[in-house]
Amino acid sequence: MSAADDTSRAGGREAAVPPSVVGYILLGTFLLTYPAYASDFFLFQVAAYAMILGIIALSLTFLAGYGGMVSLAQMTIAGLAGYLVAIFGATSATEFGLGWPWWLVVPLAIGLATLASALIGAISVRTEGIYTIMITLAIAVAFFYFTRQNYDLFNGFNGFAGIAPPMLFGVDWRTPLPFYYLTLGVSVAAYVFVLYISRSTFGLSLQAVRDNARRMEALGFNVTGHRIFAWVIAGAIAGVGGVLAVWFNGRISPGTISVGPVIDILVIAVIGGLRRPIGPFLGAIVFVLLENFAIDLIDRERFNTVIGLSFLAIVLFSPDGLLGLWDRLKGRLAQTRPPLS
Amino acid sequence: MKLFILTFMNGLTLAALYFLVASGFTLVFGLMRNVNLAHGSLYLAGAYIGYTIADATGSWYLGVVAGFVSMALAGVLLQILVFQRMEGQDLRQTLVTIGISIVLADLMLAIWSGTTYQFSPPEWLFGATELPYILGYRSSGEAVYLKYPTYRIALLVAAIAIGVALWLFLNKTRVGTMIRAGVDDRAMLAATGVNVHLIFVVVFALGAGLAGLAGVIGGTALSIAPGEDVRYLLASLVVVIVGGMGSVTGAAIGALLIGLAEQFGLVYSPTYGVVYTFLIMVVALAVRPQGIMGKRA
Repeated sequence: MSAADDTSRAGGREAAVPPSVVGYILLGTFLLTYPAYASDFFLFQVAAYAMILGIIALSLTFLAGYGGMVSLAQMTIAGLAGYLVAIFGATSATEFGLGWPWWLVVPLAIGLATLASALIGAISVRTEGIYTIMITLAIAVAFFYFTRQNYDLFNGFNGFAGIAPPMLFGVDWRTPLPFYYLTLGVSVAAYVFVLYISRSTFGLSLQAVRDNARRMEALGFNVTGHRIFAWVIAGAIAGVGGVLAVWFNGRISPGTISVGPVIDILVIAVIGGLRRPIGPFLGAIVFVLLENFAIDLIDRERFNTVIGLSFLAIVLFSPDGLLGLWDRLKGRLAQTRPPLS
Repeated sequence: MKLFILTFMNGLTLAALYFLVASGFTLVFGLMRNVNLAHGSLYLAGAYIGYTIADATGSWYLGVVAGFVSMALAGVLLQILVFQRMEGQDLRQTLVTIGISIVLADLMLAIWSGTTYQFSPPEWLFGATELPYILGYRSSGEAVYLKYPTYRIALLVAAIAIGVALWLFLNKTRVGTMIRAGVDDRAMLAATGVNVHLIFVVVFALGAGLAGLAGVIGGTALSIAPGEDVRYLLASLVVVIVGGMGSVTGAAIGALLIGLAEQFGLVYSPTYGVVYTFLIMVVALAVRPQGIMGKRA
């Protein structure tokens, strides 16, 4: 892919598809009133879970879509935040968990996850392009093996259980309805945050770095600084997702951050589409629906084959994911311009 | 001292295994810029197929051949059917290999289930060989030597032989020269009239075949079970990151470092063993981002 081709595409990207206000209002109304017609299962196991996966995948979409760095360590960062919630907070195993209050634990967990992300970024930005995937995958797998064999800090194979969100304002935040609104609020905040960042001065120069790092360097931009800061932002988003995920599951163990879930995040982001921040949420909904209902079609054991084949189909036939399919469809209906390549 | 020598030997044999897996990975990457994240799956698939053949025929050697040939064929198919269609799009190729590894892992689980399999190597590889290290003396004055499993020594010798053969192939043959030229500059190689696609197929077959071969050989030294694919993928990744992409010598150095670090870590600080692997990678990236033997892209 030539640099010139890249820049011209990026130039038209933001302006070409302005999200319509009507769409936002419709979607907002639907999401806010969703509990009125959804069962607890659809509220908690489907919607809330999809949004949490969406938030973690959003951090990857931000890094990959705007920064051009495809990371496989996002689940690892989220998992680290989850582990820290368990280590600093309270768990069912009394010998673990420092029992600190939630208002200290949560910022600490997210903060340290962000720091870890910055470190991973600092390591991986020393090389470029395809190497990032290799290095982040190596880090993710190494962290998985580390949590599994280390009993002092991470309680090894068993991990931690009995982790719950705090009782606040007399509400049990783990019951489906409050938890749904909590994840919805955080998801919207994360979405708006990424949108805001992408249009800020930093976001624009980050996209320019993605398209042509050498030119930006020649113009006097600190390329490494921009990349590492992108990792900081992605780390914060993944950390928030990780805290929600550990509250959702109530437990965390090496299985949470093993290679399967690590790759699932990439699958979700790619299926949705890496071009816009709504992509990961779209991908997460498809993923969770497949996960829950593919069992009806085939053997539950073969879920990974289904998801792997869906992923392959998307990568082979629509590199921009479901969003790309949607754009092409719209382009064809409007007939105003040739479909996106 | 006895513990040290045993750990050292274990580290060496593990390094030999890692070298076999990673050399294919690094060759494929160096030439095609294709990060084949399904490489671990090829290792495991080769091991399973090798086991099935060895079990059916009763011949371990046939199992080794089957592991190599089946995966080499799989590599040819992958290259022709998938990667040739998306040349130059490295990210897409990598994503495809991830998809393939997900599906392969699941299918292997379906076919061979979660059971752990153990090969039985031929008679002469059984048992232990004495190392030239004297543990002590019997009352009769006869020296007692340290013993080490014969199979693991054979594994070490085999890996060295394959490494030398690979080096000779790359440095002394015409095809090898073409491959090295391709690693340095693909476009120029194509411009000189070489059929680059054919070279790609050859290298992919060789790399995948080596992974399958390592699957049988490694599966005999240790065992085969689901999850091994990830382990060897991690090893390959770290070995080529440390050693440098596209360099077989680099893969050997990287494999030595990682294999030894892993075994010594396991013995001297059991719960933090992985940290050493990680640290080696970080230090290598900090000092030489392109890897020890790597060239700047």
